[in-house]
Amino acid sequence: MMKSRSDEEEYWNASKFKAFTFDDEDDDLRESKSAFESLAQLPDEDERDHVEEVSWSGEPVGSISRSVRETAASGRRTEGEAAFPARVDADLAKVNSGYSLSSLFKGRRGASVATLADVSGDRSGRTVAPEIRRPKSEKEDLVGDWSPQDAVNRMRQGKPVPLERFRCLQDKLRLLDRSVDAQDGNVITAVLIFLKKSLSKEVLFGELASRPTALRHLFAYLSESGDDALLADLYRALGRVEDAAVTRSHATTKYTLLHYKEHLSITDEKKKRDFLKSCLSLQFSPEDQVQLQDQVSLLERQMLIEATDRQAELGGKAEIFQKFPRRASILHMPLVTTLYYCCFYHYGQPEVRSARPRSSRVRGKVPTCRSCAGPQGSFSSPQNLRNSFKISEKQFFVTALSARAKQKSWRDVDALFAGRSWLGFTRKKSPLAFQVVVDILHRNSAPVHVLQEYVGLVDDADARMALAHKHKCHDLVINTYRDFKDRRLLLGYRGKVEAGSAAERKIDELLDGSQIRWKN
Amino acid sequence: MAYSGRKDSPELPDFSLLKRLARDQLVYLLEQLPGKKDLFIEADLMSPLDRIANVSILKQHDVDKLYKVEYKPIISTSDQLCFLIRPRIKTVKWISDVVNADKAGGKFRKYKIIFTPQKFYACETVLEEQGVFGNVSMDEWGFHLLPLDDDIISLELSEFFRDNYLAGDLRWVRTAGSALHLLHSIYGPFSKVYGIGRCSKMAYESWKEQAKEEEQKPRNSEIGNVFLIDRDVDFVTPMCSQVVYEGLVDDIFRIKCGCVEFGTDVSSSDKSIKVMLNSQDKVFNEIRNEHFSNVFSFLSQKARNLQVAYDKRRGMDIKQMKTFVSEELKGLKQEHRLLSLHISASESIMKKKTKQDFQELLKTEHSLLEGFEIRECISFIEEHINRQVSMTESLRLLCLLSLTENGLLPKDYRSLKTQYLQSYGVEHLLTFANLKQSGLLVEQQQGETLTVMESKVGKLVNDKTAGKLTDAFSSLARKNNFRALSRKLNLVPKSDDEYDLRLPRDMAYVFSGAYIPLSCKIIEQVLERDGWTGLEEVTKLLNGNEFAVTGKNGANNEAQRIVVVMFLGGCTYSEISALRFLGRERGYKFIVVATAIASSSRLLEALLGNHV
Repeated sequence: MMKSRSDEEEYWNASKFKAFTFDDEDDDLRESKSAFESLAQLPDEDERDHVEEVSWSGEPVGSISRSVRETAASGRRTEGEAAFPARVDADLAKVNSGYSLSSLFKGRRGASVATLADVSGDRSGRTVAPEIRRPKSEKEDLVGDWSPQDAVNRMRQGKPVPLERFRCLQDKLRLLDRSVDAQDGNVITAVLIFLKKSLSKEVLFGELASRPTALRHLFAYLSESGDDALLADLYRALGRVEDAAVTRSHATTKYTLLHYKEHLSITDEKKKRDFLKSCLSLQFSPEDQVQLQDQVSLLERQMLIEATDRQAELGGKAEIFQKFPRRASILHMPLVTTLYYCCFYHYGQPEVRSARPRSSRVRGKVPTCRSCAGPQGSFSSPQNLRNSFKISEKQFFVTALSARAKQKSWRDVDALFAGRSWLGFTRKKSPLAFQVVVDILHRNSAPVHVLQEYVGLVDDADARMALAHKHKCHDLVINTYRDFKDRRLLLGYRGKVEAGSAAERKIDELLDGSQIRWKN
Repeated sequence: MAYSGRKDSPELPDFSLLKRLARDQLVYLLEQLPGKKDLFIEADLMSPLDRIANVSILKQHDVDKLYKVEYKPIISTSDQLCFLIRPRIKTVKWISDVVNADKAGGKFRKYKIIFTPQKFYACETVLEEQGVFGNVSMDEWGFHLLPLDDDIISLELSEFFRDNYLAGDLRWVRTAGSALHLLHSIYGPFSKVYGIGRCSKMAYESWKEQAKEEEQKPRNSEIGNVFLIDRDVDFVTPMCSQVVYEGLVDDIFRIKCGCVEFGTDVSSSDKSIKVMLNSQDKVFNEIRNEHFSNVFSFLSQKARNLQVAYDKRRGMDIKQMKTFVSEELKGLKQEHRLLSLHISASESIMKKKTKQDFQELLKTEHSLLEGFEIRECISFIEEHINRQVSMTESLRLLCLLSLTENGLLPKDYRSLKTQYLQSYGVEHLLTFANLKQSGLLVEQQQGETLTVMESKVGKLVNDKTAGKLTDAFSSLARKNNFRALSRKLNLVPKSDDEYDLRLPRDMAYVFSGAYIPLSCKIIEQVLERDGWTGLEEVTKLLNGNEFAVTGKNGANNEAQRIVVVMFLGGCTYSEISALRFLGRERGYKFIVVATAIASSSRLLEALLGNHV
């Protein structure tokens, strides 16, 4: 532990902060826990009841969220059941605040049009009441003649404006420009909706090309209302505007992505594949084009893997599926997940199958895409996957390591590190720092003897010791102290190993022996 | 924490008034539809509604049953339906469907939509298009401000961020202006308004416009100063891991509307529990602003004190015992429970953070902020992606890299993007497009180095000058000049001295002493200088749009030191803690008004493109 502390301190000092570690064995935490635990032992029989009494939750009885849940649960409850006061105590709530309610609503009741329409067929006096109170001037306004600016001003206050009176293009555009000047998105959108209805697409889109703010509002409105068709038209039209090439590419990208986005709502894999294929003809950037191509290839491959593996699983012949039943289908998963799957279930499979497939004949199409090239059966080989999709060495390594460790195939794990120096020695090589390797192995609950080997390969001495302590790699710790001839540390460590264990015996032997000249 | 700062901070205004106002308005609106009615509430309005009203108030005003809006056919048998919703097209479409289904089924009902905080024309258009305009009455419930705590007020508008900074839709500008207007008419008049950012400027102008419509009676002001700030002025801060208790709790458990739901691992029972986190919770109130490393020692000290208090009853006689039980015991038990809860929460935080090697993560973030060992940082991020660690977490690191480095080198951008798509799915092409558009994750343009900055400054002010179609697509991605800003404002403290987190000396403590949140630093500087004078270079680097306006009415001294900081696009708990610290140091009281509480995951989730 000491070493580990010093290691951490080195970092914290180096970056000038007080050592503060998120370590499981934090002393402070242990202290506060134990302090707390001693508290819990207080003789307090009625504890439980009190716990219930004090309202902990953000939802006391009578909370709205809870009540909604109850409505949902009870479904159609009979009317009479509701145990709520029938008496309406309206006054009570009204006098609560000293502020006059009517002042708060001044000019903010935008309901006028709706209520007017409502009133005609409604005899209830109360709904009409607010309308009666409407100032006369407002009614007069309805026949008034407004400039675009006046109209915008009224709209900002939530008052109705018959926009139909703005019929010539200049007026319409002035109306739009004034609304943009007013910086009120609600009004800008309102004007745009009006323009959309009263202008042809060509004219509207053409005028918008020089009005970025308005254009953004139209994008937002169309996408919120789900009018993808018109949005696509708009992007296409903008892509044609003679402006700079940058603009064209922006608009094209937008159009492309809008179209591409549709695939998210397709769940059927065949339909999705076909759709994605159709996207290939869109104008993606060269890099994105590659990504899309990969997405198509991957889905095709997943379909093949899924078909074969499901059959194997149902047939009950492949032992691996019995031992580790598949939890979900591999369809639509990301590439790395697919790689993991293949490393898990098909690790040994050669990249190219030389012999003809024996029993597991693949149904369906013979793979044609570039990623599925090669003889049948090789499509689920991790190596094949790696080469087809240009997976980086590091990525492949990380994924294979996790998958093999999960299966506890320590031999496979070991083999991943095989590297031969020119002298013919085998040395463990890794594209990952060995700390990370240890972490991955530990997460997959590797046993100490496996961990120990990799902990020993950690370059940094302090980090190595910290990990050895953390993962209880006794031999490593003991040997290090022995090499340092540090009797005191070794003695200290004796207290940390289990009594009667081999490690304890080893320490005792070292301490009792006389070969070592201890430095302390 | 040692309260080394000034102790004479002024009292905060009473914001419970805002809740009463909102409740009264709602009651008034419900009464506009007399008689029994069923109420449908939009899902994300339920918690805010819960904070200001409860079922019995609704029942008193003839609300019969309550439903959550679920976009499904309804089962209500009531002949009056009331919908309490946000002005969203999707919701209004659903209501239109309900009305049309009733029409088709020959059912006759009355419908009322209450939009909050305001109605949009786009929603009315939906009603019109669906042929139900006129069948439905509409109202607006100006529920703009929800006090979450003594010093936090939220607009609870999570879509503000995406609408404003991704889509460039200005529809919430007026809403922000109205919120300001409401504060002003109850707690004003303000004597000084400062701001920075495009949206801030517009919100300010919108408020002025609205204030013009009404005259204000002279009154004793309770809030002296207001500071408006756009979220995109500082994207760096919300992308950093939070290490102050309240921020950590938010990052890990997600505080929703001032309330957190702790899972079974914390509640130590088989049910999860919901807990309100605010200044009423005495234990929480003392640790919320603490760096996490101090929390344990504080809690154990607290536990020991509690033990002593319990022990007092030993050797008491009957009478003393009676007083003890009636006066002290309840408080002690309450504290006991709170303590138990926060200890379990801390434990759970520890467990989660050790699992993902938090230390290395923080080290990487600090290096990025410092601009140090960038290659190492990139390979750390790469490893994160390769190991398929959380999707948003990897994205957050990528954004932090881009924000601090003014964009990624094309080579790195391509390689990291490819790896990201391989790990989390190619459909994130859409996410990358969104991040690019909002300026959070961009590729450095070839040849665009120092000179371009100048030409970009001031370009975005308004449409009249720009008028380029390109802007419609890309102007939202602002040039980020973090490195230069960091140097100018000293955001990253000198690395050679030690930082004692128990005795913080500046706001950097909220990030372990590694970084002073840019947003808070700007606020500090402007308040100190009473304006932007001397900060010209900084404002230039921040893309301009700064302002400082003096009001007519000078507020009294006390109110002068009450500062409302309005974050347009959201504010993190770390920033709130930093401002509280600044307030203690300088004798201010800050009130944070946020369009929503922000965190890296909330902001990034708003920009994910992998959902339909």
